[in-house]
Amino acid sequence: MIIATTVSKSFGKLKALNDFSVTCNKGECVALIGPNGSGKTTFIKTILGMVVCDSGFITFNGINIKNNWQYRSQIGYMPQIGRYPENMTIGQVLEMMKDLRKTSKQDILDEDLIEQFELNMLMHKRMRTLSGGTKQKVSAALAFLFNPTVLILDEPTAGLDPVSSEKLKEKIIKEKKKGKLILISSHILSELDDLVTQVIYMQEGSLCFHKTIEQLKVDTGEEKLAKAIAQVMLQ
Amino acid sequence: MKKVIKYVVIDILRNKIMIAYTLFLLALSFSIFGLEDNSAKGLLGLLNIILIIVPLVSLVFSTIYIYNSIEFIELLVSQPLQRKTIWFSLFTGLALSMSFAFIIGAGIPVLLFQPDITGFIMILIGLLLSIIFVSIALLATVKTRDKAKGIGVAILLWLYFSILFDGLILFLVFQFSDYPIEKIMVGVSMLNPIDLGRILILLKMDVSALMGYTGAIFNDFFGTRTGMGISFLVLLCWMIIPLIISIKNFNHKDL
Repeated sequence: MIIATTVSKSFGKLKALNDFSVTCNKGECVALIGPNGSGKTTFIKTILGMVVCDSGFITFNGINIKNNWQYRSQIGYMPQIGRYPENMTIGQVLEMMKDLRKTSKQDILDEDLIEQFELNMLMHKRMRTLSGGTKQKVSAALAFLFNPTVLILDEPTAGLDPVSSEKLKEKIIKEKKKGKLILISSHILSELDDLVTQVIYMQEGSLCFHKTIEQLKVDTGEEKLAKAIAQVMLQ
Repeated sequence: MKKVIKYVVIDILRNKIMIAYTLFLLALSFSIFGLEDNSAKGLLGLLNIILIIVPLVSLVFSTIYIYNSIEFIELLVSQPLQRKTIWFSLFTGLALSMSFAFIIGAGIPVLLFQPDITGFIMILIGLLLSIIFVSIALLATVKTRDKAKGIGVAILLWLYFSILFDGLILFLVFQFSDYPIEKIMVGVSMLNPIDLGRILILLKMDVSALMGYTGAIFNDFFGTRTGMGISFLVLLCWMIIPLIISIKNFNHKDL
């Protein structure tokens, strides 16, 4: 579904992505793991077209994403740090996104997370008054709202309280069962254990390995993802 | 696209500066026309102020607005929208609000006190200048990532167009006063939309006689229909070229 071929991107001297190639298919739940500054977010942003890569290309359902934009209607994106127009209320932001994205009246909106996170009570609050966690909730609700076939979650649980983060996890599992492609970047490996089917490990903008979780467990002889990754990092 | 423009305009209206700007222009126009018993003189006074204020507000407000809506732009870029559409909508939203403020603030008083061709050209020039400087502001913001630097660039650009350029022209005129440079001056004046606007209006006001030989040469060129046509075309270029360059830049910008 998403195929990246020798993607490179540098910011000045820093090489954020270096000949990065990877393939993600439908029904997979992929964990993007790597140390800080290993290019996870840059890779996510290149998929979304927010960062334009220097060389290489990315295809989405067989179509090159360069100069293409319709494909983004199939993606739900939850940024690492959600930034929203400061003087809009939550309600206005949600309404605006619905207005901009909804193509026909038949589209069913998935308002599960809005209810789960009890955002309905906060609809009149301005974005600048929100705490980091509430902003994350809004980001999550927006990512799932339009029933996208691909979900890209950049550190989804960072800043969420344990209850909310559990709710979000349940939601991710639910969507995974529907056969969606889910890309998660996270540092909290213990949370990924019961979510992911594949692991992409990045280091300094390059791909270290891309394995299924079973394969990884067999290779390292560890049961838990966190320990398996720790093993890899030590090697 | 219409939807994005709608949100930009709503956002600009919500921030009350645009309303304050409109009221300021309105108060200014009425007081100037009220002070002068001759409305042509009033128009001349208004012209001088408008040629300073309109580019300044247009340039600085647009620059700050774009920097402040960086979150909004980021949000839109990750959605199924073309980048071209987003940028063009920002431009249209800003240009619409600026033009609207100018029409209400200065257009209506001018039409009330001086409803002739001179007044009409004055409104047209004011509108064009408002839009031209929105377009220049967009170019300045897309080229500089840093907010303080971007606003600094915008202010410097305004200083250049309103003050420095005239200084350079005076310098040229004095240095080459022995040569017949009047015709070249016509070409040089095309390099600054504010000057171009000023000349176009002054010539319509019959004060060109005061400008001596240069005035006569200017009248020869700008007074004709072709001259007028070319000048408006140049003003349009001032509007479109920075916009196109900024769209091209925005298409490759990392957010």
